[in-house]
Amino acid sequence: MADPMRIRAQMAGDKATVRVLMSHEMETGLRKDAAGKVIPAWYIQDVSAQLNGKPVLTAQWGPSVSKNPFLQFSVRGAKAGDKIAVSWKDNKGESRTDEATVS
Amino acid sequence: MLNRRALLTHSAKLAALLAGAGLLPQAGHAAYNAAAFEVKTMADLVKLLGGSTPTESKDVTITGPDIAENGAVVQLGVATTQPGAKRLLLLVEKNPSVLSAMFDISDAVDASFVTRVKMGQSSNVYAVAMLGDGKVLFAQKEVKVTLGGCGG
Repeated sequence: MADPMRIRAQMAGDKATVRVLMSHEMETGLRKDAAGKVIPAWYIQDVSAQLNGKPVLTAQWGPSVSKNPFLQFSVRGAKAGDKIAVSWKDNKGESRTDEATVS
Repeated sequence: MLNRRALLTHSAKLAALLAGAGLLPQAGHAAYNAAAFEVKTMADLVKLLGGSTPTESKDVTITGPDIAENGAVVQLGVATTQPGAKRLLLLVEKNPSVLSAMFDISDAVDASFVTRVKMGQSSNVYAVAMLGDGKVLFAQKEVKVTLGGCGG
């Protein structure tokens, strides 16, 4: 099981700025190990975010996103106390969802 | 005959690979567009996604460092002020496949995202906004990389 994401959601005016730090290897499938064998690709493909259970963002990522990916976005119409949930799914079918409260 | 057999095995493998890569629709997610992440140039990418010829525009912005010391972690921001934008793409021209990330914009989020990408070498990076009416706008910036992020 992958490590939890670190999510911080802070109000800025009428929007909530959400910063997410995911924990993932993000292997491109192009690198080789010491023995010259290709390390298989392993990366996050789908990312989505929900505000109080309502989808607000979907994204698709390629293998060129950095290891332990960072993502920042702003949610309109959020208020303090709202729940922001972020999920990802990788190319091996593994997934993770974490939640944070807007402050 | 051997050739034909080899070909058949190969296509079966390919089909399995496509299915495994998430091309089959799944509830709650749009199907992962694996083909878009294989494309080598911006023109081909936009064509694949059904947009018209990209034009440079001031309504799209890309932010990032002029010089990135470590190509493994380059923080880039994409944003647009165009009200009709449906999708924002982040592209790195000289990476093995040009598309890094694709964000679908809803009414509930600002058309502005920041993320970090790997860059193999110094290259132009693009922010591409696809509008609802099929128009495609882009902005570009050059990022110099002193240490590549795709080595190994």
